Amino acid sequence: MGSDAVTHLPTRSPASQESARPDCALDIENSFLRANKQAPTIATGQDDFNWVEIGVLLGRCVVPGVAQALALVTRDRISGWGGVDPRTGTVVETRHELRGQSFAGRVLVFPGAKGSSGWSAQFHIARLMGTAPAAWLFNEMNTKMALGAVVSHAPAVTDFDRDPLTLICSGDRVHVDASQGRVTVWRQLPA
Amino acid sequence: MKLSDDEKAMRDGRDGPTIARAMDLLIRYGKALGAEDFVETRNVCGTVTATTPFMRDFAMRALEQRTHDAPNLDSAAALDAVFSEFNLDSAETVPLPSRVRAFSSHLQLGFDPRHPELMGVSEQTVAFYRKSEAMAARMGVQMMNTCTPYQVGNVPTRGEHCAWMESSAIVYINSVLGARTNAEGRESASCAMLTGRIPNWGFHLDGPRLATLGIELDIDVDTVEDWGLLGYWMGGWVQDQVPVVWRRGGQALRPANLPRLKHFGAAASSSGGVEMVHLLGITPEAPSLEAATGGRALREVRRYGREERAATLATINHTGRERRVDYVMLGCPHYNIEQIWEAACLLEGRRVHADCALWIFTPRAIKALADRNGYTATIEAAGGELMTDSCSAMSRAVPKGARVVALDSVKQAHYLPAIVGLQAWYGTTAQCIEAACTGKWEATL
Repeated sequence: MGSDAVTHLPTRSPASQESARPDCALDIENSFLRANKQAPTIATGQDDFNWVEIGVLLGRCVVPGVAQALALVTRDRISGWGGVDPRTGTVVETRHELRGQSFAGRVLVFPGAKGSSGWSAQFHIARLMGTAPAAWLFNEMNTKMALGAVVSHAPAVTDFDRDPLTLICSGDRVHVDASQGRVTVWRQLPA
Repeated sequence: MKLSDDEKAMRDGRDGPTIARAMDLLIRYGKALGAEDFVETRNVCGTVTATTPFMRDFAMRALEQRTHDAPNLDSAAALDAVFSEFNLDSAETVPLPSRVRAFSSHLQLGFDPRHPELMGVSEQTVAFYRKSEAMAARMGVQMMNTCTPYQVGNVPTRGEHCAWMESSAIVYINSVLGARTNAEGRESASCAMLTGRIPNWGFHLDGPRLATLGIELDIDVDTVEDWGLLGYWMGGWVQDQVPVVWRRGGQALRPANLPRLKHFGAAASSSGGVEMVHLLGITPEAPSLEAATGGRALREVRRYGREERAATLATINHTGRERRVDYVMLGCPHYNIEQIWEAACLLEGRRVHADCALWIFTPRAIKALADRNGYTATIEAAGGELMTDSCSAMSRAVPKGARVVALDSVKQAHYLPAIVGLQAWYGTTAQCIEAACTGKWEATL
């Protein structure tokens, strides 16, 4: 599963609005630019020379497994039934930060699940349609979240030693070793 | 997780592969939650039937993989395949159980099987559903087909451990009846039906039921509409925390009837994930503020007044632009007989506008009473439909060409614009019936 995810990384959208967020810019300046004098190579592709490790998160395993993919981050909780369209893996809730964006194959980083108890069924269908997230990283545990993650069969981690919403930005590359409760985050440096 | 001998035996196959798969899902789910053990439940509400074209297609593909003959959807294997995947989360197909272990009630569906043409559902989908309905009934699942089992005979008692789906019903039985349930999903509820177990976590325990946030009402909350607005505002703030609500000066709330509290909970679980709320003087566990909080200080208290109400109403109506209404939907959550009576009285001697449709949803058992009372005839004579089993948000079905809908449900006004792209107006039942008969929305709450 992990190696598949590496070879099928989704294309990073250029100059996405999330990467322009001020708190992400702050992260770049304050933490990893100072901490990483040399940008380590983290994958085999030539394009990977400027991906820099910006941090490691430790948490509790919710669903075991390993995955690596690009992050999709939101500070809004996500509704299942009525909030996403599993046919496309897209958030449809009106007034949601991610409305119209697809979480298919992404490491979804978000506060937690809300809304109808049809949550798990939506992500169960998403798995069968190939539109489920590659992994789940979240802060707030509830039954919708737990069951949805379980039936999605995607690795999931919670109860982190630091807030993933603060560390991770959309477009970061994230390696999730849920079985070990270890999440590693890389960011592409501006050229 | 700590497992009892009985639970270990179920996991290890004593009762056959189907029960073993059910126990496996519940253990994976319990570990994900961080639950220490299971609690026994004798009251489960969920969805086990095959209600979508997607499930029918899934059954076709599963059968094609097994045989070179033409797939036969009449075969038991078709239903086994759907149940194994969608209810047990099992890639391996196991045979359906002969009988459920817990008393089990069926929730609403994606359509009204009596009105496939109105809801745009194919005869094949209905035919496959009917087979799965017969299967579920044989297993002992009560085919109530409603989001409100507590309106048609399944009324949990205080402290009863339940495993229910359906957010509006969950908050109702926790907060109004004092029963204990988390928000279960299709897979966990199905497995609870088969094993009589659910993770002992969250609202099954005393601590998580206590209130941590407070709301003081600065205005009277009296009508069904008032309760819906309060619920939506509250859910937006507290999300899935547990609030306690009191009147100005710390007074208990005035008594409120079933339609009010039903609407309140449905609204609260739409804008947030509210599963438990203490209504001072109404909730069995909230005779006093101290009982509701366990004597702990509240983390934050907010006031709900005129401004909050007005802002909430504006938020709910934010999709409404055109005043010409071509659809009115009532019955979210499913109407009780009092609400059908009210609608029938408002419709008596009137006609639904030629360019508008009126659909009202209720449980089958309540429709039988409405038929007997003559309310169905009154609604139909006016040009409306009294339907069962579903609603527009569940079915994604609206009358052909509908663009603007009027609703007396905050929950439906929250979901319909997102799900089917309609503009929505929210108001009272009387305002909605007026819109149905004139084809225009002229109300402001």
